[in-house]
Amino acid sequence: MSAVVALSSLLDARQVWRGRAAPLLEGEQPTGWPLLDAALPSRGWPQASLSEILMPADGVGELRLVLPVLARLTQGDRPVVLVAPPYAPCAMGWRQQGVNLRRVEIVDASEKEVLWAAEQCLRSGSCAAVLAWPYQADDRSLRRLQVAADTGRALAFVFRDRKHLANASPASLRLELDGAPRTAIRVCKCRGGNVPAQAIPFEHVQGFPRGGRNAVATTYVVHQHVHGAADSGPRGNHIRKKSDA
Amino acid sequence: MLWACLLLPQLALDGVLRRRADDTPLVLVDGAVNARTVVAVNASARAAGLRIGQRLTAAQALLARFEAVQYDAADVARWQQFLAGVAYRYSSQVALLPHAIVLEVSKSQSLFGSWSVMERRLREDFSALGFRYRIAAAPTPHGAYVLAGVSDGQTALSHEGMQHLLDHVPLSKSRLPTPAMDALPRMGVRRLGQLLRMPRDGLQRRFGAELLRAMDRLIGDLPAGLELYTPPDTVDWSIELSHEVENIAALVFPLRRMTSDLAAYLSGRDGGVQRFVLKLEHRDRAATDVPIGMLSPERSADVLFDAARGRLEQVQLPAPVLVLRLIAADLPGFVPAGRDLFDERPAHALPFEQLRERLRARLGDDAVYQWGTTIDPRPEHSQRIAAQDDTPLEPRPRPTWLLQRPIPLRGALRVIAGPERLETGWWDGGDTRRDYYVVETEMGQRAWAFCAPGERSGWMLHGWFA
Repeated sequence: MSAVVALSSLLDARQVWRGRAAPLLEGEQPTGWPLLDAALPSRGWPQASLSEILMPADGVGELRLVLPVLARLTQGDRPVVLVAPPYAPCAMGWRQQGVNLRRVEIVDASEKEVLWAAEQCLRSGSCAAVLAWPYQADDRSLRRLQVAADTGRALAFVFRDRKHLANASPASLRLELDGAPRTAIRVCKCRGGNVPAQAIPFEHVQGFPRGGRNAVATTYVVHQHVHGAADSGPRGNHIRKKSDA
Repeated sequence: MLWACLLLPQLALDGVLRRRADDTPLVLVDGAVNARTVVAVNASARAAGLRIGQRLTAAQALLARFEAVQYDAADVARWQQFLAGVAYRYSSQVALLPHAIVLEVSKSQSLFGSWSVMERRLREDFSALGFRYRIAAAPTPHGAYVLAGVSDGQTALSHEGMQHLLDHVPLSKSRLPTPAMDALPRMGVRRLGQLLRMPRDGLQRRFGAELLRAMDRLIGDLPAGLELYTPPDTVDWSIELSHEVENIAALVFPLRRMTSDLAAYLSGRDGGVQRFVLKLEHRDRAATDVPIGMLSPERSADVLFDAARGRLEQVQLPAPVLVLRLIAADLPGFVPAGRDLFDERPAHALPFEQLRERLRARLGDDAVYQWGTTIDPRPEHSQRIAAQDDTPLEPRPRPTWLLQRPIPLRGALRVIAGPERLETGWWDGGDTRRDYYVVETEMGQRAWAFCAPGERSGWMLHGWFA
């Protein structure tokens, strides 16, 4: 022990292994929203576990948040299952987002059966992702979903009202969607990393031609004409529609 | 030719025992009402000292509590038919002998492998079904039948080998006509080999031609003369429950037996089942029917059990159940689903078809479906269940949630995009004239709403850009 060995000689002799910082990996399930990916420790949706999406009301972009990953998953073999969605998914709208509807199964379940059906789907291992809209879900039932997602190697999404934010949840990831004044995502909990302090801007309506410009503008002009000449406008429009259809 | 024989020594008892989950003492009794005799005992009854051949009164003196079930010859025949259906999977030539099934296996060896492999598979199948058996193989069916009667697992692949094995069989186990078998031991003939080497003309003079014919069939000089089994095209099985069942949960065990029997029978037939009926028979009233329908023909025991149990659990029993009956009139062909060699699913994954049947069984037959787009531009008609979706993509924005029926939308709204005039539907009376807009509510929701052409009031919500 008396001999003092210089650290540099040890390093030169390659007797000491030097760790280096892990490179930033790309996640296995990227969300399709680069800003969100960057904020999450898993660089995407947490693999084989439960993500909870809390929202103030329907229609604030909760589906657009998950549609990129659904579009990717539905190109594979395993189907995506929607358990008790609050409305009918608009088939054309989903196709516009790149979803293959042949791989989307919708399960109608009564209030009591939602969690059972979601758990069965997750546990089976034959679904790529399961989206559920439970009416009532407590800590215990969400934990069951989390375990089932892990067993079946599937992505689980639960959509709930924002009022549940105060309750603890076993989900790996909790996102809160904010509708007004502008849409933003707040990460409330993310396993394996610190919660980002700031909300992530989420512009989910970028696909729209804004405020009556572009192609829609022509229709709008026709509409303006209608006030004056009640007959000509709609009829011309009608013919155009038919040729489109 | 190589014939396998499956001897079923306890068919009647096994048929009764496999219906019950517990192992309480049980005997089968037969005979006149005043002189009932024990004809079969289960393990726990034997441990208590009950023996075959005892009078029922003597048995009752030995053991206070045991169950006595009437021996039913028709039941035994039914089980034998069922097991022949299971064995039919391995050979097209299956025949029934008393307490045994024989099947020709040499032609099936190219499919299933050598006899030792096939023997193992037969043993697995019959053990899984809960029947006791002894297996032997020999070039003639009657030879295999005799060898199986001596001990389990005897195999003779050639005529010489069979002769050699038969030489040592005691005459009492040779299954030859009874009069000769009573007389021959008194003459000093105790082994089958001795009998086979005796002068034929002398035997014919003493015992008639019937003994010689039986011996010739045994060693294969005469055709076996068996009537081959053909599987029936319908299934109608019933289980008489040991007591009146008032709780559906008590039907689960017999149901599992029935569905796994059905699966075994179907794979023997290389068929599937898409629809079957469970009849729950009550004492003085019409039976409760539980129809079970699946989306495609199935024959996996788990799928059949899941589907049946899911529907059975929703039944409200009007009266106690005495008999559980399963009827499958239509047994279509079965095409197994192909699976990818490099399947990305976990190893223990349930096939999606099975999951779908499980969900349908509990949630209702219409509970699992897919949406597809149509070419109708009216949003109400733009999609239907399980339609094709090869229609061209709509260039204008469409929401992701669609309300089945539009509802009024109130509050301050900001128009984001629109209008999109929709004026169509003249061909079926569902005339529609609407201007569709993308609007934003105060809460930041993006809605797809319409109003009458040219107006910007009276908004009706038709979808959400969620």
